[in-house]
Amino acid sequence: MRMRPSLTGKSPPALGRRPLSLLLRLLVTAAAVVTALIVLFVAGYIVINGARRLRPSLFALKYTSENVSMTPAIIGTLAMTALALALAAPLGIFSAVYLAEYARRGSRLVKTMRLAAETLAGIPSIVYGLFGALLFNRLWGYSLLAGAATLAIMLLPLIMRTAEEALLAVPDMYREGGFGLGAGRLRVVFAITLPAAAPGILAGIILAVGRAVGETAALIFTSGTSPELPRSIFSSVRTLSVHMYALWNEGLYGDEAYATAFVLLVITAALNALSGIVSGRFRGGGDG
Amino acid sequence: MRAVFLAAACVCILCVAAICLFLLVNGLPAFGKIGPLKFLSGSVWRPGSGAYGIAPMILGSLYVTAGAIALGAPLGVLTGVYLARFCPRRARAAGRAAVNLLAGVPSVVYGFFGLVVLVPAASAVFGGSGKSMLTASVLLGLMILPTVISVTETSVRAVPEACYEGALALGATHERAVFFAVLPAARPGVTAGIALGVGRAIGEATAVVMVAGNQPVIPSGPLRGLRTLTANIVLEMGYAADLHRGALAATAVTLFVFTLAVNVLLALGRGKRPA
Repeated sequence: MRMRPSLTGKSPPALGRRPLSLLLRLLVTAAAVVTALIVLFVAGYIVINGARRLRPSLFALKYTSENVSMTPAIIGTLAMTALALALAAPLGIFSAVYLAEYARRGSRLVKTMRLAAETLAGIPSIVYGLFGALLFNRLWGYSLLAGAATLAIMLLPLIMRTAEEALLAVPDMYREGGFGLGAGRLRVVFAITLPAAAPGILAGIILAVGRAVGETAALIFTSGTSPELPRSIFSSVRTLSVHMYALWNEGLYGDEAYATAFVLLVITAALNALSGIVSGRFRGGGDG
Repeated sequence: MRAVFLAAACVCILCVAAICLFLLVNGLPAFGKIGPLKFLSGSVWRPGSGAYGIAPMILGSLYVTAGAIALGAPLGVLTGVYLARFCPRRARAAGRAAVNLLAGVPSVVYGFFGLVVLVPAASAVFGGSGKSMLTASVLLGLMILPTVISVTETSVRAVPEACYEGALALGATHERAVFFAVLPAARPGVTAGIALGVGRAIGEATAVVMVAGNQPVIPSGPLRGLRTLTANIVLEMGYAADLHRGALAATAVTLFVFTLAVNVLLALGRGKRPA
């Protein structure tokens, strides 16, 4: 029996005489190659076809039917994301603090909360959209606020789970140190645990931003699809994703749609990279 | 302050309750008025003339989800195994970044990609409009790939090294050890990943609407267009009123029940360990 140099395994020379092993290796490699080709093709297609269709007029401040500018949609995306996060982030982080720092593990209330969060995470976005249309739209009409409230409920479980994981990863030593110096529980939470968990919480929030930027189905019937710049939180607004959907709906899938797809891809890729960097720092470059 | 944290933590329970309540209040009367059996098993959806049968949409959702799993799950699991056990160390970070990129692409961008690449391709190969069950399945299969890959990779890597080394010590090759000792041990995680993929596929609205054709009829073959439960809501919610609106809420209730069933199966598959 020969020793293998590493666990990821260089194929031993005898592989040719072991048909099943050879087959398995071919299968796995082929799958990886196919997946890699898919990623390259999807991303490459959108980048190549999108980038060359970008032109300054697509970023004009005003949307007209002759010049389908995406600037109002970009501003709408920023406003929508900021408002949704303003609602969801404090709620999510406070919930996580309760679950990680205050609650008794395994109590019935905690189990119900976990179940509720998991259920929320599994609800399709169009069901959120319908719910928002039935509740928030009756209150505020098609508006930035109705969209953001719907979106906030969608983001809540994600922020809650990542923040809880980050808090639980803070060593108990830190807390004991705080208690030892005479701090109360609340002071320990705000002065020690939350700052120590901040990178993990931030990485979760960045993921939530990515979700918000990419959402369509939950927003079409809550924030509406107005292509104008929003005047207040009570005016209808479209995000960049909704903008793309609206273009499709109007049968305008020419240059503007390609360019918008490219911009969306760049934004989500940047958010991904950012989240990776932040959480990588959090783990101290850990498991590679 | 404890009370504030507790109140915040209760909000998610409140949200679930509110969503259930609103869907039921708006959907149940329609269920009653149309007749539950007629609603679920009726094969004609023509809101204009008062025919509300969502059997075509239920079947549509099941077909495209099954298609997506059939295409995406094997590819995803094998790629996950590759990343966890076969990938050269230096390529792994790049592989993971690529999978994350795929996971982050908004569904409307996937839908657009399907519309400008997959639909014309399907039309060229098979004729017809190209908007079909097959196209939607391929696109959804693509969309669930990152979920299946990353969950598979995580759970394969979580299998204790002793499992792998034991197989090697018995004379297995690297490949046999991974496939016949490590992968079976990782099965609960892999199943969970596939179940998450099912949830994503059945709940996807935007991308499916753009490539599935959306005819509310039971498709007679994989090359025919179809409409899913999600598409039914997206397409008609904008202008629906009264009973029609109620019927759409009832569609959402049906969809919600499906996703709950997936969640329950997921929880059962994971056993009693907490998340």
